[in-house]
Amino acid sequence: MLPILFFLYHAVVIIALSVVIITRRNPVHSVLWMLVLFFHIASLYLFLNAEFLAAVQIILYAGAILVLFLFVIMMLNIKHELNADICIGEWPIGVAIGLSVMTLVILGIGKFSHGPMGQASIEAVKAETHTKALGRVLYMDYLFPFEIASIILLIAIVGAIVLAKKEKASGG
Amino acid sequence: MVPLSWYIGLSAIVFVIGMIGFIVRRNIIIMLMSIELMLNSVNISLVAFSHYLQDFRGQVFVIFIITVAAAEAAIGLAILVALFKNKSAVHTDEIMEMKG
Amino acid sequence: MNVNLPFPDLAPAMPEIVIISAATIMLLLELFFKNKGVLAFMGIGIAALAMYFVPMSIGDTFNGMFKSDLYSIYFKFIFLLNLMLTIMISLQYMKREKAEYGEYYSLLLFATAGMMLMASAKDLIVLYLGLELMALSTYILAGIKKHDIRSNEAAIKYLLLGGFSSAILLYGISLLYGLTGTTDIYSISVYFKFQGSSLPVVMAMMFITAAFCFKIAAAPFHMWAPDVYEGAPTSVTAFMSIGPKAAGFAVIGRIFYVAFQSLQADWVPVLIGISILTMAVGNILAITQTNIKRMLAYSSIAHAGYMLIGVIVGTSEGLSAMITYLLIYTFMNMGAFAVIILLDRGDEIKDYEGLAKSQPLVAGLMLVFMFSLTGIPPTAGFIGKFNLFMAAVQAGYAWLVIIAVMFSAVSAYYYLRIVMNMYMKDMTEEASITPSPTLALALAITIMMVFAIGIMPSLVIG
Repeated sequence: MLPILFFLYHAVVIIALSVVIITRRNPVHSVLWMLVLFFHIASLYLFLNAEFLAAVQIILYAGAILVLFLFVIMMLNIKHELNADICIGEWPIGVAIGLSVMTLVILGIGKFSHGPMGQASIEAVKAETHTKALGRVLYMDYLFPFEIASIILLIAIVGAIVLAKKEKASGG
Repeated sequence: MVPLSWYIGLSAIVFVIGMIGFIVRRNIIIMLMSIELMLNSVNISLVAFSHYLQDFRGQVFVIFIITVAAAEAAIGLAILVALFKNKSAVHTDEIMEMKG
Repeated sequence: MNVNLPFPDLAPAMPEIVIISAATIMLLLELFFKNKGVLAFMGIGIAALAMYFVPMSIGDTFNGMFKSDLYSIYFKFIFLLNLMLTIMISLQYMKREKAEYGEYYSLLLFATAGMMLMASAKDLIVLYLGLELMALSTYILAGIKKHDIRSNEAAIKYLLLGGFSSAILLYGISLLYGLTGTTDIYSISVYFKFQGSSLPVVMAMMFITAAFCFKIAAAPFHMWAPDVYEGAPTSVTAFMSIGPKAAGFAVIGRIFYVAFQSLQADWVPVLIGISILTMAVGNILAITQTNIKRMLAYSSIAHAGYMLIGVIVGTSEGLSAMITYLLIYTFMNMGAFAVIILLDRGDEIKDYEGLAKSQPLVAGLMLVFMFSLTGIPPTAGFIGKFNLFMAAVQAGYAWLVIIAVMFSAVSAYYYLRIVMNMYMKDMTEEASITPSPTLALALAITIMMVFAIGIMPSLVIG
């Protein structure tokens, strides 16, 4: 009973916060609500025995990505924003598309049967600790994607510098 | 034990909310946040699958998704800053000088 | 903990390794060279070196996540060719547009590496990361003229829609992972052979199809293409009208032919619908355009529709016809963009009025590329279309070919309108050109290949 209550609390809060985020007029409010949302998602990860991911979720998403958003919003002028229309004129079409996708997915869930089980049973992971077990998979089996991810981060650095740096009058 | 389908349902609902936000809103920053919302819903379902399948692949995938999301946000916001140096408007329809 | 990490076999991934390490080194060298042309020539050299390694790189490596086979080799050849031609046409152009950044060439290399990883990915995680490597580099490239607001807008629009489509792709992949318990494309294929189709499987497939339709700019997910193609720097437009599209087709071919092979009855009708809609939208909307880059954007949408026929056919002839078409498309499209870059003022269709009188040679080149894009013999475009349509007829899709031929006839209207503008109308203003050796080389290569393939199709077929 307790796990179900725990899940239901999180589900309700996550859904409510998502709706709040996309309906705020002021982006700063959205970012702050998103912070709360990410803490709830992190605690859901804890509930799913993914401690390391819960930590990453808070450190990276809440600590890095959202702070970046806040910085950029601060640099931009949002006064003008507060008086403009929130939505595009054709918003009912967008909502209709979304709801039809949702109906389809919900219909599909009933017939969902998950694939064959893997080896990482809860007991085995507990014996080894989650971070170690995850690290083993990440650095041994998934070393190649890991390298590609490092290049993606390099590109993000290069791109951010190229696009945002101030330039001398001569250029280049 | 919470059934797996509840998690899939939760992730589907959050995904669709993010999708509606992306389609309907005009503010670029909110649109970027809607994309983050969609990615988070994918992460929820991947972690849930990973837990129920007792397999680490899903969690590894989540780490990569978070990495890419960070890179994408950084680049998106850098482009936005460059755009703002030239003109100050965050609305998609205001900046769209080219018509669809 | 004592683990023995076996050192992976690097030979199959050699082209990617060459490209990525060279791109990283070029980032450092950028500091020391005032003249960015050095980097451009380095880029061409590196692409040539990688091309040399491509035919020797067959095999699986990195825990079976990377698979280099004949299929991926063809695509890698196209990507590297695209890279070389793009560098050739951008050297002079970037100088003229005052956006000469050394990082430009590194990013082109990184984007190409991403495409090559996509073509070789055997695991969905590698596929996703390769896609993002390509996409993120291209977003930056689209916005590299950072003082030009249209370039900024193109970049942000591309990033928003690209991010949206990636999220859709990820949702599809996550469903697929939940259904099969694996992310390996070949294991997924084995799983579906025994399990068959169900509603969640079809859903996952729909999400993935929609995401890749965004990437190849197929209708109804094409809205971003015209705006992005128009606003991005012309050389980048040329690059992304070929590279990401070819990479998208590489992945579509791999996923649909391997992972979803046993579900063919489910995806063929969907792709037929998308293909017809794409040809219709691309060809009909291209007619009303006044900007040539927008027109070529719609034309590239239409060409994606033709190429999808190659996937629908479901035979190896179909796939190889699609690859041949992509190769030919690379030459003719790149040639058309090279002509646009060559002209000092060539973005609007009315700029081409009377071009034949002031610049007969340039007009002649444009004429050939437009004929080739329409598919008129003896140019390569005809061979590409003929080959593709033959494969479809042999597989029993004659009715689809009739529709495609009808839309090709429509396409003649807007391609030949440019030819008409050049040859039949009086010039309003003297057209001027800025030739450069590399641009001339790119034009020479493309025009030569358009004729060579058109006259001797055995060069590329078989």
